Formats: sequence, structure tokens, C-alpha cells
Amino acid sequence: MDLATDLCGIELNGPVLNGSGTFDALAARRVFGDTLIEEFPFHCYVSKTITMNPRPGNPPYRLWETPSGMINSIGLPGPGLDRFLERDLGAMAELGVPLIVSVMADCAEDFEVLVERVAAREEVAAVELNVSCPNVHSGLIVGEQPAETEALMKALRPITAKPLIVKLTPNVANPQEVALGAEAGGADAVSMINTVKAAAIDPVENRTWLGVGAGGLSGPAVRPIALAQVRVVAATIEIPVIGMGGIGDAESALDFILAGARVVAVGTENFRDPRAGSVVTAGLPAALARRGFASLAEAQSAKLD
Amino acid sequence: MRGEPCPQAPFGRRLCEVAESRESGGYRIFTLIDAEGPAPRPGQFYMLAAAPEWGGEGGRPYLPRAISYARVSENLTGGLRLDFLIDEVGPGTSRLARMEPGESCHLTGPFGSRFSLPRELNPNAAGAILVGGGIGIAPMAVLRRELVDRGIPSRSLLGFRDQAHSGGIDELFGCDSTRLAFEDGSSGHKGYVTDLLLQLLEGDDASSAAVYSCGPPAMLEAVRQICLERKIPVELALESPMACGYGACFGCAVPKAEGGYLRLCIDGPVVRGEEIATAMAGEPAVE
Repeated sequence: MDLATDLCGIELNGPVLNGSGTFDALAARRVFGDTLIEEFPFHCYVSKTITMNPRPGNPPYRLWETPSGMINSIGLPGPGLDRFLERDLGAMAELGVPLIVSVMADCAEDFEVLVERVAAREEVAAVELNVSCPNVHSGLIVGEQPAETEALMKALRPITAKPLIVKLTPNVANPQEVALGAEAGGADAVSMINTVKAAAIDPVENRTWLGVGAGGLSGPAVRPIALAQVRVVAATIEIPVIGMGGIGDAESALDFILAGARVVAVGTENFRDPRAGSVVTAGLPAALARRGFASLAEAQSAKLD
Repeated sequence: MRGEPCPQAPFGRRLCEVAESRESGGYRIFTLIDAEGPAPRPGQFYMLAAAPEWGGEGGRPYLPRAISYARVSENLTGGLRLDFLIDEVGPGTSRLARMEPGESCHLTGPFGSRFSLPRELNPNAAGAILVGGGIGIAPMAVLRRELVDRGIPSRSLLGFRDQAHSGGIDELFGCDSTRLAFEDGSSGHKGYVTDLLLQLLEGDDASSAAVYSCGPPAMLEAVRQICLERKIPVELALESPMACGYGACFGCAVPKAEGGYLRLCIDGPVVRGEEIATAMAGEPAVE
């Protein structure tokens, strides 16, 4: 079965991406060698979030296992924009799939620089905006505010003709309102969901387990939340949705397509199996057939009752 | 990674059969048959998850567990026999400890860095001092075997809480040149293994020493301090909560001496004592 599809005009050999920050392809290449390239598990690679300056990330502990999932508070460690462009981006182009670079800043001015310099590189097919950070001017988390999201998009839209994707947070009452803001500001797609705010208590020391007190829940534990939010957002906006949240196999991936996602992303499952993306893809033809679809496109255009 | 490179891990997780599982001093030793993987190097680890009923109790365990191998040998019918030493401390280790022969286990790896040889660590090294605590004796046993094979002398100091937490001593270590410490005094020296290390270093020329250690964070930090104070090169095999084992999750952060963090899975698990700010990352003392 042909699984080829497209996302905002980017041609993909299939609908399986990785969630930003869940697969360091450059580290994986060092660990697994060229087999990683020959059997690259995603049809499009999304980078870890890049920031203007290098960041060390959060103090440990950064992980906590939950029933059917995990909480992370990684804190976006990264090399910063300059080093990413010089050192990492060229190596990412060797992966053989279209590249989406995720960026984050705490003000529109830095976002503008990030988008301009990243989008200018020919290796980059699209830019994803991580808007889960507070705006230093307003103090508000951009991605929780429809007006802030729209204003940011309007500032960034003129900078590049390449697709701009807004990563939506699930930590709002009505994600469709933020999605509408993104669309009104000129976004080409939204990706969702980011992690669900979560905390864990150290069972021995009577303190919060995570180094910074709280983090984000991911894995199958969040899948029903993600499906509900993808469904309502996809029904509200015209631009495509990249669906994710606890996808671990073809069946759960297909759930997201039927909820309205155009393509899907595998996140936490990558930690359990580096080839998780390939496992999802390999199972899709049978999953589509079992549920009565002759093609991926048919499932993508299916309407749920 | 330094010196001789470590082998490249096969891409993806693979199913391995459980060949044996037995009790040993309150711990379990189980054996997996790895038909495909390359021979691991001392200090390296695998990500393990029982194939059936992983997540069977209240949705946990969910993530695989990072476990150093305790012994490797050739399997008569092909592949490798990998032994792992397990203490049941949570849902993941409990499920692994309950695996029965014939069951399958998901395995990814081998991952991470290896121990240096004593001369790589200290050009004047006359031999190696191995300091293991609890289940941390597993990588020490692997290193000891490698040193024996290479004809490099080593002395092993092993520390345990009590007899109920002291598996693998006879199976993984010969009796020769191994000294034991039990916190409850039930055998060997009554006290900490670091007491034995201090005794041994008193009679030694520190300039020809090379120390290797694996064990609980507080023990590792004590070993690290003892060695740093005496300018003795030391390598530590650390442990950290870890989701993936191959650099994807950035969860296994250990503070570097120079600031920032290393990823223990790909920059470790074997690190030099002076590389890190503490072996007790995440403990209250460094908050």
C-alpha cells in the first residue's frame, strides 16, 4: 500500500514523523552507525528545539516513570543557534528525509532571528515553533494565549515562505482557540499535543522528584487526551494537524488520522524502541485494511460520526 | 569513549530468550541469549524489558531498564550468553527478576562507554583496584575478567549491606585477591568498602594506582573523593534514571565538573572521577 502523503506541500514517503526532542538522530547515528540512515525510522525528521543561546538543561532528576508513560523535565538543553547551524544541520541533511527544525524563544524578536536564519538554510523544509515558553514582555505563555499566538505568527509570517508549524500545548481549556489564533496569524499547520503538565513526589525523601519540581507527561497515558484535542482542533481549523501523544503502533497512529490528523509523530515510544517509527509504518497497511480503508488518503479524509 | 572503540549496537530492540534465572545472595542472576549482538565491552550496558507483561501491574514498568552486564560468554549454539545481576528495587527490576527460562526479553544495546585499561588511565599503573558495592559488583566482575584475560593484576574490594543483599560474589569473583566488607559485620570487614580502599591505599604507592568503581551513589562519591584527594586516576560506572539508552531522551543528566551536564548513556556510563561534579546527581545534597 502506498503511504506517500504530503504536509503543507512537503512530499513525504509516509505519514510518520518523530516528536521534537524524542529522537536525537545525530547521537543515534554515533550509536547505531549508518544502519540508522539506511533504515531511518521516520518519513520526516523534527529536530530538538533550538534556542538562540546554548542551554544546559534542567538539573536532575529529569525523568519519572508513570503508569503507561513518563514525566520529563529536560529543559531544552542544546547548542544554541550558531552551533546548530554550523555543526548539526548539515549532518541532519544526511538523514535522507525532509527536515523540520523546532525553535523557541522568549520574545518575538528572538523568534524572528531564529526563523529567519533557520528557514534560510536549504536543508530545512519547515520550521516548528515551540511556544510553550513565557513571553518576557507579557509574562504569559504564548501557546496558552490565542491572541499572543496570533500576534507571534503575524510577526513571523512575512519572514519566510517555508511552512511554519505551531506546536500546541494541551494545558489549556480550549486548544481550538489557540489553533484558530495560529491559523489566523498565518500558520501552515499545528502539531499536537505537547506534554501534559505533571509532577511526581519522591517516595523516600518527601520532596518533588524532578529537579525543577514539575514536568510534562507523555506516553500512552496521554493518548486519550491527545485524541480528544486533535479531534476538536482538526474540526475547527482548515490547516493540517500533526497528531501525537502516546502513539506506539500502527493502530494508535491510525486513531490519530481518524481523529483528523494528516500525519502523525512518534515520541516517547522511541525511547522504548529506537525503531518505533518503522514499526508504526510497517503496521499501517494492515491496520488501514483491517478498518476498511483502501489507502492512507481515504483514512485521512474519513469523517468520524 | 576512549582508546579501543566500543562495538556499534544493532539498530532497534531485539527479542532474546531467557536461558536461566537463579537466586544468588538475595539478588537474581539471569541469562539472556543474544543471537545477534556484538560482544560488549566492560562497563557497557543494555536496555532490558520483559516481552510479556511489561506494564502488567498498574501500567508499570513502562520504560526499559538500563542494566550493566555481569558476565559474557559464547553460547554453544551460537550468539552470546549475557548474565545480569538484579536487585528487586521497583517494578522494572522485579519484573526482570521474575522472568522464567523460555520467556523473551526485549534488549537494546550494548550502549555506552567502556572502562579504560589501567595503563590508559595511568601510564605508571601496576594493576587495578576494583571497588564494587551491592549490584554494582556486576561491571567490576566484567572488568576483572578482562584484566585476568590480559594478565593485568587486580584486587577487588566488594561491599554489601547484609547477606540478603550480597549476590554474585562466588559466581562472579574468584576468592583470590577479593576482600569483602559487610555493613552489618556478618562477614569480612564490618563497615564500608571504602574503609578497605583506604587501608589498601595506605600501603600502596598512589602514583602506580588505578581505581575503578561501581555501586550506590554515596559510595561512588566517597571513592571519587578518596581518589581525587590522592590524585589517583579513577573511573566510575554511574547509574541514572534513563529512558532510552542511546542519547534520545536527555534524561540521564549528570553534572560535569566544568558546568553543564553530560548524557550518561552516551558520554558514560563510565566516567573519569574528575569529569563530573558529583556522583550523587539528584541527591538532596546537591540541590
